[in-house]
Amino acid sequence: MKITLNNNIEVIQTVEDSLTINQLLQIKKYSFKNLVVKINEEFVKRDSYDNAKFKDGDKVDVIHMISGG
Amino acid sequence: MKFTEIKSALISKTVGIAGCGGLGSNCAVALARVGIGKLIIADFDVIEESNLNRQYFFFDQIGKYKAPTLKENLLRINPSVIVEDHVVKLQPKDIVSLYSDCDVVVEAFDKAEMKEMIVETVLSEFPQKQVVCGVGLAGWGGNNLIKTEQCRKLYIVGDRSSETSEVDPPLAPRVGIVSNMMANVVLEILLGKDK
Repeated sequence: MKITLNNNIEVIQTVEDSLTINQLLQIKKYSFKNLVVKINEEFVKRDSYDNAKFKDGDKVDVIHMISGG
Repeated sequence: MKFTEIKSALISKTVGIAGCGGLGSNCAVALARVGIGKLIIADFDVIEESNLNRQYFFFDQIGKYKAPTLKENLLRINPSVIVEDHVVKLQPKDIVSLYSDCDVVVEAFDKAEMKEMIVETVLSEFPQKQVVCGVGLAGWGGNNLIKTEQCRKLYIVGDRSSETSEVDPPLAPRVGIVSNMMANVVLEILLGKDK
């Protein structure tokens, strides 16, 4: 599956037609606690990470919220 | 646009600023100087000496609440700005009630979980509102690593990677750059693109 992840083309090895955000976080080993996630620029709430799916060609943004202000 | 025209375009605008620390205080000062109509500022904290390395407060203000003290400082710069200050540790319900009438919301918190909370709250409760968020500003140098990225209604300003810590503290120059870039994004949202 080929997606645009954080503005970079990313090829994800999978047999599935679509993946959830939680699957993506595991595959990419994104372990940051605080995130803002968007699929095709639509905001995904944290409680939807197990249901919200993306597929080949989609644009996914996983923005890491880090401390400092 | 002449400055008088800019001011008259901004006079009817309201900007909500969540947090009055390094990002919030400096962003608010920039917006007050250019003549924004109204600022709604909120912070639960008091000024400590360690804040003065980046926050728009003065030595004789140590110990005071940040939100009302920032209001004082903003009015000394521009008495025409209407400033609504709130001493409150913002929860989602406060964000909904305080910022519902704002044209733009500036996320200026320190802690990552608070940043996530406000972005999530604004994007889900007010899908039409624009949010400007500061992410990645610790340390010094690296001017050209600091940038603005837009994801529809969400703008992220910062280097997106420098987290503040004991050994990588936030300092006036980089915090000032990020907070002024955030104010600059606010102007672009309110006035349209200039550059």
